[in-house]
Amino acid sequence: MRKIIAATLAAGLVGGLPLAAQATNPQQDLKEFRAYFMERFPDTQFQDFSNGVYSIDAPSRAQWESIEEFPPYELAVDDGREMWNTPFGNGKTYADCFPDGEDGIRQNYPYWNGNTVKTLEQEINECRETNGEKPLGWKKGKIAALSAYLAYQSRGKPIDVKVPNDAALEWYEQGKQHFYSKRGQLNFSCANCHVDSAGMLIRADKLSPALGHVTHFPVFRSKWGELGTLHRRYGGCNKQVRAKPFPAQSDEYRALEYFHTYMSNGIEVNGPGARK
Amino acid sequence: MEKPTPNALTASAMATLLGGMALLASAGASAASMVEEGKQIAEDRRKGNCLACHAMGDGQLPGNIGPPLVAMKARFPDESALRAQIADATQKNPNTMMPPFGRHNVLTDEEIDKITAYVHTL
Ligand code: HEC
Ligand code: HEC
Repeated sequence: MRKIIAATLAAGLVGGLPLAAQATNPQQDLKEFRAYFMERFPDTQFQDFSNGVYSIDAPSRAQWESIEEFPPYELAVDDGREMWNTPFGNGKTYADCFPDGEDGIRQNYPYWNGNTVKTLEQEINECRETNGEKPLGWKKGKIAALSAYLAYQSRGKPIDVKVPNDAALEWYEQGKQHFYSKRGQLNFSCANCHVDSAGMLIRADKLSPALGHVTHFPVFRSKWGELGTLHRRYGGCNKQVRAKPFPAQSDEYRALEYFHTYMSNGIEVNGPGARK
Repeated sequence: MEKPTPNALTASAMATLLGGMALLASAGASAASMVEEGKQIAEDRRKGNCLACHAMGDGQLPGNIGPPLVAMKARFPDESALRAQIADATQKNPNTMMPPFGRHNVLTDEEIDKITAYVHTL
């Protein structure tokens, strides 16, 4: 793993290298990524990594489990269900865009559609626009509610993101570079905090492992007092290092989500989740 | 050439001596305030925020990503090496977690001098 990080960083530093020259192999990356965390946290079961920092921190886990008894995201899931069941002005519904929505589709996102990487939130807004409705804001509120409902319907399905061809691989590679590149005035990469320092304390916060990071999104954070999407969280983590966040659903964040979610392949969806 | 009187000699010698002592005394005072200011800047969350990662002096709720900052004089007999570590930790370890406080202008040169003075006392 360390070798990979160093190699990726070096590649990032040289910059402009043709992507093919880096010979990225997602399956190999995934194997090493998993192995790193399984070795580092031998007491944590593979599936349990979906519980973020609570998978590695017994004291905070007890507190979190008591929160989950009266889940703070329940109302949002209800709102999302109502959106799902309410026809648009033209009489159609979200089910016309997502025929398998109620059976669970979250695990397949993001995916390569032959042209670009698509996220669930992106397709929710596209569905609205196709049906003559205004798009929703990306980071919270209604879009997070519907996304939470769809995640809820997908609970228990293992994440299954695919990188089917070279064009998709370029997006994967871009996301991977984002993940391992240092950025911001404070000069941290995502991997610095969530791979190298996972389980350690940054001040009083224990850093979660990146394995299983995405399975419970959108998430209800006590700090936000509401639900937020994965791209909202990305923006927050970029800001912490005094880097300018990218816009939600930008190419950068969709590529990051693509790589980041691929790294959790095989872990079951358990969204929406609750966190500090 | 006029020989100075013994009295004058003594007076000028005294003056030099007193002057030197005054200099020494003021250096002592400013070193103490440097250490004190350095401690404040090091602990300030918007400045050094060293406690995010290091146990440091009597600072509360430290993180543990970096090693505790103890026995610094033994580890850094040369204060300039300590300063270099704070100004740009990536010189020693390109993938270090520690922010390059000087190179990325998180802190000014003067602030780094003060933090160095403080950390060297630990
Ligand atoms: C300076 C340290 C730091 C950096 C750099 C950082 N994060 Fe975080 N991140 C945190 C902290 C602290 C939390 C909250 C505690 C936790 O769950 O790890 C967090 C939480 C998260 C979460 C939510 C985890 C959960 O279980 O809900 C995700 C996802 C995440 N970070 C992704 C990223 C990504 C992607 C990047 C890079 C773009 C990144 N982080 C960079 C410190 C960091
Ligand atoms: C985000 C984490 C982080 C922050 C913030 C941080 N450091 Fe560090 N520091 C580290 C790590 C990790 C090391 C271990 C060496 C390495 O990674 O290169 C280190 C090493 C050091 C060392 C060398 C210790 C030794 O015995 O070799 C000193 C001195 C030091 N830091 C001082 C500071 C000071 C002073 C500040 C604040 C102005 C600071 N650090 C802020 C993470 C951090």
